[in-house]
Formats: sequence, C-alpha cells, structure tokens
Amino acid sequence: MERRAAIRVAGLRKAYGTVEAVAGIDFEVAEGECFALLGPNGAGKTTTVEVLEGYRRRSAGEVEVLGFDPERGERAFRERIGIVLQSAGVDRELTVQELVTLFGGYYPHPRDPAEVIDLVGLGDKRTARTRTLSGGQQRRLDLALGIVGDPDLLFLDEPTTGFDPSARHRSWELVESLRELGKTILLTTHYMDEAQNLADRVAIMAAGRIVAQGSPASLGGRDVAEAEVSFRLPPGVALADLPGELREGLRRHEDRVLLRTSAPTRDLHVLTGWAVARDVELEALAVTRPSLEDVYLQLTGASHG
Amino acid sequence: MAEHRATGPLLLRQVRYQNKLFLRNPFSAFFALAFPLMFLLLFGSLNGNERIGTRGGIRFAQFLTPGLLVFAVVSTCYTGLAVGVALNRDLGILKRIRGTPLPAWVYVAARILSSVWFSLVSAVLMVAVGVALFHVQVVWRMLPAAVVTLLLGASCFCALGLAVAALIPNGEAAPVVANFTLLPVVFVSDVFFPTDNAPAWVAAVGSFFPVKHFALAMQETFNPFVAGSGFRWDHLAVLALWGAAAVVVAVRRFQWEPRTPGPSRARRRAATP
Repeated sequence: MERRAAIRVAGLRKAYGTVEAVAGIDFEVAEGECFALLGPNGAGKTTTVEVLEGYRRRSAGEVEVLGFDPERGERAFRERIGIVLQSAGVDRELTVQELVTLFGGYYPHPRDPAEVIDLVGLGDKRTARTRTLSGGQQRRLDLALGIVGDPDLLFLDEPTTGFDPSARHRSWELVESLRELGKTILLTTHYMDEAQNLADRVAIMAAGRIVAQGSPASLGGRDVAEAEVSFRLPPGVALADLPGELREGLRRHEDRVLLRTSAPTRDLHVLTGWAVARDVELEALAVTRPSLEDVYLQLTGASHG
Repeated sequence: MAEHRATGPLLLRQVRYQNKLFLRNPFSAFFALAFPLMFLLLFGSLNGNERIGTRGGIRFAQFLTPGLLVFAVVSTCYTGLAVGVALNRDLGILKRIRGTPLPAWVYVAARILSSVWFSLVSAVLMVAVGVALFHVQVVWRMLPAAVVTLLLGASCFCALGLAVAALIPNGEAAPVVANFTLLPVVFVSDVFFPTDNAPAWVAAVGSFFPVKHFALAMQETFNPFVAGSGFRWDHLAVLALWGAAAVVVAVRRFQWEPRTPGPSRARRRAATP
C-alpha cells in the first residue's frame, strides 16, 4: 500500500541576508515514518524544521506539511502538529500539571494531561513549579507539551540534548510508542545512536545541504561498501605466508593485518581454511563495515564528533 | 476537519492562567498594589487634610486617592505588560505559544484583560483605603464616569505597554525603559501633587503625555464641587488618541520570537556535558 507523504519538501532555500542557511534541499516523509535530520551545529537542521513548523518564511522552494502550507499558520494546521523546540521557556511559576492542562486545552482532542505527565516520567513532579525542574526534567516537560494535543505529526528538535543515559532511553521508548500509534515524527539530532535507534530514514545535513539520505543501515552506501577483515598476525608467520589470492587486499597496521574485501564470505573462508590447515589461531579476528559515525564524519567533513 | 476550541471559554481560561501568574509573581503584585498603597498611606498621613485652592478647595486626600489610583493602573498595565511581555518573549514563551492552535489575539487579549482586571482590583483597594483612613468621599453620581475613565485609561496604557514591548530589544532593557519613560512623566502629571500653579513648561510637558490626562479625568470624578456627570471628554479623547497610536505600533512591530539568540539557549548549552 502506498503511504501518503506527511511532509514534502522540494528545492527549499532559506537565506538570512547573504547567508544561505538552507541551500536547496529535497525530501519526503511518509505518514507514520520517523525521519531524522542529522548534522553538526549550523548545518541548517533547525532552520529547516522551523520552516516546516511555520516559524520561518522560506526564501524559495515548495513545502507541504499534512497538506498545509505552514507559512500560512492556519489554526487547523497547528491543531495537528506538536512542536518540541530546541529552547523555549515556560512560565516559571506554574506547576507541571497546570501547564500541561493549559496546553491540552488549546487542542480539540487532547490526551489526558495526567497520563502524558506519567508518560514522560514527571509523575512525581506533577505539583512542582516549573522553575524547580532540572534541565532534563524541563526537556521532558517540553516533550509533554508537544504531545498533549495528540498531534499527527511531531517535530522534535534535539529532544534529548542534556539528558542522562536513562532519561534518553526513556524518551526513545516514548518516541517508539508514538510511532506505534501511527504518528509521523521529524527529528533533528547530532547523536548518531539516536538517529540509528529511532529513525526509519536519515538525512545527513552539512552546510545547508543534504549530503546523504537513506535508512540508517544503508546510509552512504555502507551496506554495500567494502568490509574490512582484521586479525593479529600469528607469531612466526610473515605476511607473505598468507594465502596468495588474498595478498592484493592486505596491509599491515601496527600489530594487525587488515584485509579490504568486497567478498568477505569467500575471503574469510580462504583465510580461516588456511589457518585451520596450519593449526594457527587468528587472534582478534573481526569483520567490520564503516559505522554510521564513519559515514557521518566523512560526509560532514568534520574531524571529530 | 476537526472543530476548533470555542473562543469564549478559551479566552476565559487564558485570563484565569494569566491572573494566577500575576498573583504568583511577587514583583508584579508589589508594583501594582503595594507600591501605590504605600504612597497613599505616606502622603495621606502627611498632609491629607490640606485644602487645594485650585480644585475648588477639596482636601488633598480627595485629590491624592484618584491620582495614586491612576498610578496603580498605569503601573499594572504599562509597566506590567511592557516588562512581562518582553521577558516572556526572551524566554521563548511567546514562541512556544505561537506554535499551538491558540489564536494570537486570544493570548494578547487575555494578557490585556488580566491587566485590566487587576487595575480594577487595585482601584477598589485604593478607594477603600482612602475612604477608611482619609475620609475620602465617593461621588456616586460620577461613578459611571469614573468607571469609563478607568477602563479607557487602562486600555490605553495596556496598548502603550505592548507597543513598548514590541520596540525594546530585550527583556533586560524592559524594566529600564518602562521606568525611565514612566517615572519622570508621573511627576509632572498631577499624580502625587497638583501642577496647577507649576511653570508653563512643566504644564506643557505634562499635557503632552497621557498620564496627566488620565489623572485629571479621574480626579474630576472624585471632586464633589464639580457639577454634572464628571465626564472629561477632552482628556478621554487624548487617552484614546495615544491608545490608538500605540495599537498601530504594537500591531506592526510585535514579535513572538527572541530578538537575539537567547540567553536561555546559551545556558542550556553550557549545562550540557
């Protein structure tokens, strides 16, 4: 069954003065899909999301979100989206319960505020004034305010920045449960594992452009890229002693031998057959492919994460 | 498509939240209620019984009570909104609201109605204290004029507060701008003492700004020697003009997002390991 597109972006550009924050991007997000924009700070992720949310006017291109033009800011549009901004305050003197209830009341079919508060893990902070919340707790309140309207489409702009690992995993579970309800999610993040865990598809952004797009497993062609077999050279064995048919892809790296291959199954068979026949153990034997992080660093041209 | 939330209940609920916020913020309550009340107790005790020749010989307390009532209303509406809205904009609260289906005008209207509500509360409080402690006389036949003057004045200063919030660059500048524009004007505007015998330039400066017109119109309704219903249409017209100009500025220049990459964002980044 063909799924309809919840978000359609074609040729989107956004310039601030002479600086082009978004320099012509295209992507589609299907209904019920979780799509992640991954990239370093300043790549244009937030600008892109804020165009889709209706906060920014685009300089050029076409944008359609749930069949609406977000620029027009219609009430019917805002009733169907939920927004978790990267940094937005709340009234400091209201309690968690009061705020979530207040925001729920803006939407025609809100979720139960108490249930939403439990869902984000603020159950024991229900009656606390928001100024007493820690940074991570405020972020969870952001999430509660984003989902209390029971939106069809949820925007999450770096939702877990500043979270400790357990809070992050709980948020991931929450996002997972929203997906099971058929919600569409657009996520920005600079955490590789977050994109890998949550997203059906990922677009890597750098300098205002999408430099790669695909499922986390196939991104940057890493599913078809050459694998690397590595092992420690057994004592008393020289590189020249290894099977001749493998010799082409071999190189030494410190105390290990690396073998680049596009046919890892066959080559591994040759290698292990050779080792078994000679009764030597290949210590630290491993087969790896480029990680999402390798792909990311290569595509965004960053020297380190 | 899904039906929207009904506007009436939405507005009412928003006003209630706004009221709750006002009461939970000790500073806003202090400036709107305690500060003018303190002045009333102080000046009223010092020379509440002196007679003011230029006002038909009324007692000073009869002049001071409506004057400080005006001060309380202006503090609540003008200072309160200018500072409150600018700070909320800096914190990203306005931006967050903008992303919900709550119509923008409902949010702004709720803030105005809440300010007007507390203006009424402080007005009643001031008059009650004036009556109880300084034998201020309420001129009942001019009560409708007093109420109309109060509502028009409160609306005018709400609009001015929103216009200033729209013009100032950030929340930190807001209290400075609001107080610096208000306090000098208040002293030449018949709020604390009459300027009837003041030099011409003082009278001219005072007459240019709206506070004096608000004060004179309000004091008229508390002067038992004045005949008729107490409406000062000339002063009310000036208030209406200032209010209309402020509405134009506020509507044209109002922004929902922080002007600069906010301090809240820098703080959050700094807190991230």
